[in-house]
Amino acid sequence: MDIFLILAESARSAVGPVAAIYALAAIGLNMHFGYTGLLNFGQVGFMLVGAYGVGISVAVFELPLLVGFLVGLACAVVLALLLGIPTLRLRADYLAITTIAAAEVLRLVYRAGFAEPLTKGVYGLQNLSGEFRTWNVFFDPGERYGFGAFSFSGNHMWLMAVTWGLVALTALLTWLLIHSPWGRVVRGIREDEEAVRSLGKNAFAYKMQALVLGGLIGALAGSMMAVHQGAIQPDQFKPQVTFFLWVILLLGGAGRVLGPIVGSMAFWFLMSFTDGFLRGLGREGYLPFLSGPDYGAIQLAFVGVMLVLLIVFRPQGLIGDRKEMLVNVK
Amino acid sequence: MSSDEMDASGAGAVVDRMAGAVPEPGSAKSDPILVADGVRRSFGGLTAVDVGHLEVQRGTITALIGPNGAGKSTLFNLLTGFDRVDGGRWSFEGRSVNGRPGHRVARAGMVRTFQLTKALTRMTVLDNMLLGAQGQVGERMAGAFLRPVWGRQEKANTVRAMELLERFKLVDKRQDMAGSLSGGQRKLLEMARALMTDPSMIMLDEPMAGVNPALVQSLLHHITSLRDEGKTVLFVEHDMDVIMGISDWIVVLAQGQVIAEGSPSDIRSNQQVIDAYLGVQEVGDEVRGSGDE
Repeated sequence: MDIFLILAESARSAVGPVAAIYALAAIGLNMHFGYTGLLNFGQVGFMLVGAYGVGISVAVFELPLLVGFLVGLACAVVLALLLGIPTLRLRADYLAITTIAAAEVLRLVYRAGFAEPLTKGVYGLQNLSGEFRTWNVFFDPGERYGFGAFSFSGNHMWLMAVTWGLVALTALLTWLLIHSPWGRVVRGIREDEEAVRSLGKNAFAYKMQALVLGGLIGALAGSMMAVHQGAIQPDQFKPQVTFFLWVILLLGGAGRVLGPIVGSMAFWFLMSFTDGFLRGLGREGYLPFLSGPDYGAIQLAFVGVMLVLLIVFRPQGLIGDRKEMLVNVK
Repeated sequence: MSSDEMDASGAGAVVDRMAGAVPEPGSAKSDPILVADGVRRSFGGLTAVDVGHLEVQRGTITALIGPNGAGKSTLFNLLTGFDRVDGGRWSFEGRSVNGRPGHRVARAGMVRTFQLTKALTRMTVLDNMLLGAQGQVGERMAGAFLRPVWGRQEKANTVRAMELLERFKLVDKRQDMAGSLSGGQRKLLEMARALMTDPSMIMLDEPMAGVNPALVQSLLHHITSLRDEGKTVLFVEHDMDVIMGISDWIVVLAQGQVIAEGSPSDIRSNQQVIDAYLGVQEVGDEVRGSGDE
C-alpha cells in the first residue's frame, strides 16, 4: 500500500470539482443555518432544481447553457417562496420538516413517469458539458496539470477554476452582507426572532430573503454539478447529499464565511482518504471478512463517527469561534 | 423607603399628570396616547382578555397589575401585535394599530420588552443596541452593499448607542457578548435597546423580575427619568412597593377585565382590588405592599 499515493489522491479530492461544488452548496446552507438560524434539511432540493434547470434547457430544449443557469436560479426562487411562505411564520422546526420532505418529493417527481418528456425519468439527461468546455480558453483539454498523482485534466482545471471562482464570489457576497446592518438583523433573528420583531424589523421578510439567497447558491452548485458530470439523474439527489452538506458546514464551522470552504475540503480529503486506505488494506489482505461494496458502508459509518467526535471535541467546527459557542445561550 | 414618602410622591404625581381622571374602570383621560376598545382574546373556552375600554395618559407611568393569570401579559402581547386578537380595536397616537404585526406597531413608536429577557446572546452589547436604530439603509439587502451610505448612519447610531449605554452603565461591556451579562444587566440592555428605537411609548413586561434589590433602585430611576423626558411608560409588575412608588396611574386586571383604575392611593383602598387579590389566592408576596396598612 502506497500511503503517499493515497494522500495525493485525497489532496486531489480536497481541491477537486466535487469539493468545490459541495463548498458552494454549503455556503448557501451557511446563509440559512449559520447566519439566519433556518433549519434547512433539503438543500439538495435546491441543487436538484439547479441541475435540472441546466439539464432540461440544454438537453431537451437545446437552449444555451447560460439560459439553463438562469432557469435553474429561477426555479430556486420559486422553490424558496413555496417553502418559505407557509413555514417561515411558524417555529423553526416546521421549516426543517417541510424542506426534508419537499426535497424528497422533488426527486420523486423528477423521476416519475409523467415527467419523462422533460426529465427522461430515471435515465436522466446527458451531454450537458459540451458548451461549457467550448468556453475554456485557458487550459488545454489534452494536457494534465499538476505533478505525479496530484494532477487534473484541462477540462477539470477549467471547471475547478469557474466553480472555485463562484465559491470565492459567493463567500465575498456573504462577507459583505453579514458585515452590514442587514447581516446584523439576520444574526439577531438567529438569536431571537421576537426580540428583533419588537425592534421594528420584519423578521419574516428577512428570513425569506435569506432562504432565497441560500437557495440560489444551492441551485448554482447544482448547475455546476450538471456541467461537471455531463449527465444527471434524479437518484443522485438523495437526502444523503443534504446530510453531507450539514457535516461539511459543522465540520468547517457554521456562521463563519470560510467555514463551508474549509469544511468541504476537509470532508472530501477524509472521504477520499478512508476510501483509499480501506481499499489498500483490503488489497493487502488485512480485511478478509469484507468485500468491495462493504467499504462504502464503512466509509459512511466513518462520516457518522466524524460528526460525533466533532460535536464532543470541537463543537464550533474547525474554524468556528469558541467564544461564541461558550456563551450561555439561555 | 417608608410608605408615607411613596404616598406623597404618588399623590403629587396624580395632580400633575393625570389631569383629574376619574378613578373608575374605563375612565377617559385628557390626553390619551393609547385608546383600546373591546379587546378580546380567548384560548379555547377560556377568555384570557376582555377589556371594554382603556385609555393610557400620555407622559405618565401607568402600571398594569392583577393576580396571576389575570391576562396582563396577554393584553401586552395583543396591544403590541405579538398575539392575534379575537376582536376589538385600539389606536396609538390617534392612528389605528389593531391587527398590525409586531414590527409595525414598534415602528409606530410603541416598543415593548419581554418578561423573559431577550438579549441576543451571541451578539455584542453594541450590536444589540445598533439593532434598535430605525430607518437604516444598510438593513435593506441592496443597501447592505452601499457601505459609504450606511457607514455614516452607522456612526451616528453608534454615538447614540454609546450615550444610552453610558446612561445604563453598560458602556464598559459594549464589546462583550450579551450572553455574558448578568440577568439584571440584560434587563438594562433590553431597556436601552428599546430606547434606541426612539419610542414615544415603552411597554415593560415585568422589568424587575429576577433583578437583585440593588439594581431595582437603578431601574426605577431609569423608568422615572424616561417619564420625565416625556415618554409614556406602561408596565406590568408584581412588586407592590415598586408599583405604588413610581406609578402615576394603576390599572387592575382580574380574569381578563379591568376591575379598577386610579392613582396608587385609590387602588390601595379599593375593596374590589383587595377582593380580587385575596379572593383568588391566599395572602402572598404580591399583596404585602398594599395589605400592611
